[in-house]
Amino acid sequence: MKLYDKLFDAEKFTLTNGKTVSQKFTRMPLIILMLLIGITVSVWVTGFSLTMLFTNITGFWQILASMFPPKLSYFFQVWRPLLMTIQMSFFGSFFGSLMALPFAVLAASNITNNRVINLVVRFILTVVRTIPTLVSALIATYIFGLGTFAGTVAIFLFSFSFVGKQLFEYIETVDMGAYEALTATGADTPRAFVTTIFPQILPTYLSTALFAFEGNVRYAAILGYVGAGGIGMILNEKIGWREFQSVGMILLSIFVAVVIIETVSQQLRKYLS
Amino acid sequence: MNKKLETVLSKEPSRRVQYSITGAILLILLVSSSPALGGANMTSKGFEIGWNILTGIFTPDTSLLFGLGDSGVAYLILQTIAIAFLGTLVGAVIAVPLSFISATNIVPRPVVLVTRFIIMAIRTVPSLVYGLMFIRVTGPGPFAGVMTLAIVSIGMISKLFIETIEDLDTGILESLDAFGSTLFQKIRYGILPQLGSDFISILVYRFDMNLREATILGLVGAGGIGAPMIFALSAYHWHQVGAILIGLFLLVFIVEILSDKLRQKILHG
Repeated sequence: MKLYDKLFDAEKFTLTNGKTVSQKFTRMPLIILMLLIGITVSVWVTGFSLTMLFTNITGFWQILASMFPPKLSYFFQVWRPLLMTIQMSFFGSFFGSLMALPFAVLAASNITNNRVINLVVRFILTVVRTIPTLVSALIATYIFGLGTFAGTVAIFLFSFSFVGKQLFEYIETVDMGAYEALTATGADTPRAFVTTIFPQILPTYLSTALFAFEGNVRYAAILGYVGAGGIGMILNEKIGWREFQSVGMILLSIFVAVVIIETVSQQLRKYLS
Repeated sequence: MNKKLETVLSKEPSRRVQYSITGAILLILLVSSSPALGGANMTSKGFEIGWNILTGIFTPDTSLLFGLGDSGVAYLILQTIAIAFLGTLVGAVIAVPLSFISATNIVPRPVVLVTRFIIMAIRTVPSLVYGLMFIRVTGPGPFAGVMTLAIVSIGMISKLFIETIEDLDTGILESLDAFGSTLFQKIRYGILPQLGSDFISILVYRFDMNLREATILGLVGAGGIGAPMIFALSAYHWHQVGAILIGLFLLVFIVEILSDKLRQKILHG
């Protein structure tokens, strides 16, 4: 950026009071150039082509149209896996969030005054968070066998790392006054934490956990693709058999369930804040 | 601890009833969700595989990890980034008009309800389903991944765009009107400066998310680093799995740090 500013002179203005101010040369050309390079490389690597998209897009609409009307009677086979998906998300989110609390406390530098522990715990949280949920689900199916348990483990790992990160960042911003006052009177760390810090972080903690749960319901729907249980199993199966009306019904059920859960959870979160 | 303080602390309003009701509800929900634990049949083989994956990560296939060819981790990462980048851009192109016609301060309420319902419906379909649908359009490969991410991004991008648009300060537009600006000037000096930085920051954030999404699209054959990983996993090539996992970790980690920095810079100068 510095080189760029040197290459192109800044524009100088003389104000009415005799002062001169300068405005740096616009960076727009540079940004546009970088964007163009990015787009060209990406188009070249991915083989993106608008003509192909427009000539073949009818195939997309055909599949979409064949999902309508959804086969309503199929709902009797859908509700059980759907419920299982929600149960998986709930179980995984609950224990993930629960497990995240001690880790967040260990990662927060204002409570745990030990740089090594902070960094190690943060590193664990980061490593777990970078692994995509579907990949951890796949690995879990290898270790625990096909079934819902593998999916629950994957959701647990995701909730753990997500809530853990959000929570430790929040703990570091809380008001430490009361905590210090209580330690000064001789309270030990756990006692001081529970009485002064915990009430401050509780609403954020719960609302983060709910947010993770919301997202997990949506996400758990595809875990079945790798054999980790839930509604994704039948979704994958019906797409394979090209029974698109059943696929439509499955998607409709997911839609309704997600809307209900999101509404309830958003109300709860509004109440918490 | 001080006696006086103990007595003060014990006088705090007791929330025992509230807590126990919440606890009971949670317990009931947990018990009723226990079928989620079904299907666990961990054998010694499972343990062995877990161990193999771990050793694979620490002894990665270096020719794959540092290889520069078409199947090397470097190229796969480049392809994944390209898919996420282009997917975000195409998604943004679709999301901008969609969010303008879903903002309550621009169009009437009934229209907003319809468009928001459409956005919500688009958001519900899982990405892998879009991936399978687009493969019929473009054939398997990264192009399908780009289109999938574009559609998947629409939901979140437009939701955040709508919030930004609804926060528009119309006072600026009125004052521009008052000294006789043309429509183009109003957009250039009244609207773009207000929306620009927020829009770009949202897109950078979504790019970060799309990158994670792009790593799994390979499962349905839509390109990216996911496909080779599946092959390596199902063929029990643990050293290759390790190499790809390391690449994946570095990719997501570095992009997350960069995008956080960039967004800080865009939003706070």
